[in-house]
Amino acid sequence: MGMTITEKIIAAHSGHQEISAGQFVYADVDICLGNDITAPIAIEQFETLGVENVFNPDSIVLVPDHFTPNKDIKSAQNSKLLREFALKHQIKNYFEVGRVGIEHVLLPEQGIVVPGDLVIGADSHTCTYGAMGIFSTGVGSTDLAACYATGKVWLKVPETIKFIFNGKLNEWVSGKDLILHVIGNIGVDGARYKAMEFSGSVITDLSMDDRLAMCNMAIEAGAKNGIIEPDDCTENYVNGRAQREYKFYSSDADCEYHEIHEYDVSTLSPQVAIPNLPENVRPVEELSDIAIDQVVIGSCTNGRISDLRIAAQILKDKKIHPSIRLIVIPGTQAVYLEALKEGLIEVFIKAEGVVSTPTCGPCLGGHMGILAEGERALSTTNRNFAGRMGHPKSEVYLSNPAVAAASAITGKITHPEKIN
Amino acid sequence: MINGKSWKYGDNVNTDEIIPARYLNTTNEKELAAHCMEDIDPEFVNKAVEGDIIVAGDNFGCGSSREHAPISIKALGISCVIAKSFARIFFRNAINIGLPIFESEKAGIEISDGDNVKVDINSNIITNLTTNKEYSFTPFADEMKDIIKAGGLMEYIKVNYCSS
Ligand code: SF4
Repeated sequence: MGMTITEKIIAAHSGHQEISAGQFVYADVDICLGNDITAPIAIEQFETLGVENVFNPDSIVLVPDHFTPNKDIKSAQNSKLLREFALKHQIKNYFEVGRVGIEHVLLPEQGIVVPGDLVIGADSHTCTYGAMGIFSTGVGSTDLAACYATGKVWLKVPETIKFIFNGKLNEWVSGKDLILHVIGNIGVDGARYKAMEFSGSVITDLSMDDRLAMCNMAIEAGAKNGIIEPDDCTENYVNGRAQREYKFYSSDADCEYHEIHEYDVSTLSPQVAIPNLPENVRPVEELSDIAIDQVVIGSCTNGRISDLRIAAQILKDKKIHPSIRLIVIPGTQAVYLEALKEGLIEVFIKAEGVVSTPTCGPCLGGHMGILAEGERALSTTNRNFAGRMGHPKSEVYLSNPAVAAASAITGKITHPEKIN
Repeated sequence: MINGKSWKYGDNVNTDEIIPARYLNTTNEKELAAHCMEDIDPEFVNKAVEGDIIVAGDNFGCGSSREHAPISIKALGISCVIAKSFARIFFRNAINIGLPIFESEKAGIEISDGDNVKVDINSNIITNLTTNKEYSFTPFADEMKDIIKAGGLMEYIKVNYCSS
């Protein structure tokens, strides 16, 4: 029996020739990631072990991105803990404010994670890197602490669900819409404990930014990981960035899938998830009367340069609706700088939006754009749970950056084709 | 043996509801416990008493990887969580920190708010003492049992990796 790409990568990292779904392994970890919310607990846990050194400082990545630049004293204390731990253990992949970006935009961009890796992160959206042919999954702080000491993680090999996308995408339809469509179809626990493998001609034609946005939201279907077989697009992306040697894995023709879903997406329009679950997905046309207070363009889902480009294309020479607050957050300093060079930042400011330094900020209701009671946001982020962006009685709708930009202009949820 | 009163919730209880992000600037267990379940049930911390049990539907603990969620539940003194199913990161976090969790489709459906519930870990049986009904729960993989027996992942690591 052949193996899936997910099974192959786990096998290669746990000393097995062959592996199958359901098997329990302790796997070697190439990169383990923590942030300013999750790493403090991991560091405290690690320090209870009484071990002098971390297993391998080069495998540890610390990204203070959630509440930074520190929003209050407690956050500053947590960031300080990361800084001191990085210094003590000579962790080179620690990103101080000024070099930091949102972790799941930063790690692929900097070539810190490379195809064929096994990556864990104490952040649920660690599944993002599957877009590059990596097995990567979210874990908790204690897992991270254990990995600091041992270089390993316990895993149950997941079954894989395959998703095949056929047809040709309409204008204004992106990777974000594909993944929202899938979550709307299978539900927020439709892939619980499973691997989601995305394939088909539509995926072959998709940019890496869009692939990253898709795998990013695998967790929103409950999945352990999302993954795409590496191809020319992957090679073009990693070539010149990869900090280590990389390896392309692919699924065998005779591997076993738990389920296969096939979609023709030629008629798909931009998708919007309405409160309070990412599975509540509607085509944008059905929501055109919904007024909003705030638009957020950014996050580990859609804070990459192509996302800002498409938003700027729509907002160019326009002003946002008087009742709207537009917040644009480039994912990393490199994205920010590129957007600056291309004149995109000027477009956002002239449109009367604000541009923030890279941070998770409002995505998790942290800072930089919290909602008041009864307010409604349209956001390019990934979660629309009740109160996610602020007051428990505020609402979040999720969309792609084009819909977000168009809606900022009209003040209501709007199909980008309506903006001339 | 676990024995306590149940507090019943629905499907897809997410980690933002269990411990909202506005409290994630601390790792202090007592502070986290003081806000446990705040965005789904603001009264929870006042009415739950030590030893009580949370019972829920599908996908309990979905959303973020924040270990602050199971920590806040454990630190409040909740003795275990019974659900139809758990989101996977919450599941592994609970195992890793030693918060007992039990996956039981029927118990998740049939146990009501306020029922008196007993869990016998050795015999894999949940008993609803209020209705006198018994349920089985999904047994853990042997390797997970080793972590649970050790008292959590850190204790397991201490014995198996850090002893030399
Ligand atoms: S941008 Fe949002 S979803 Fe992504 S890592 Fe930050 S808080 Fe999490």
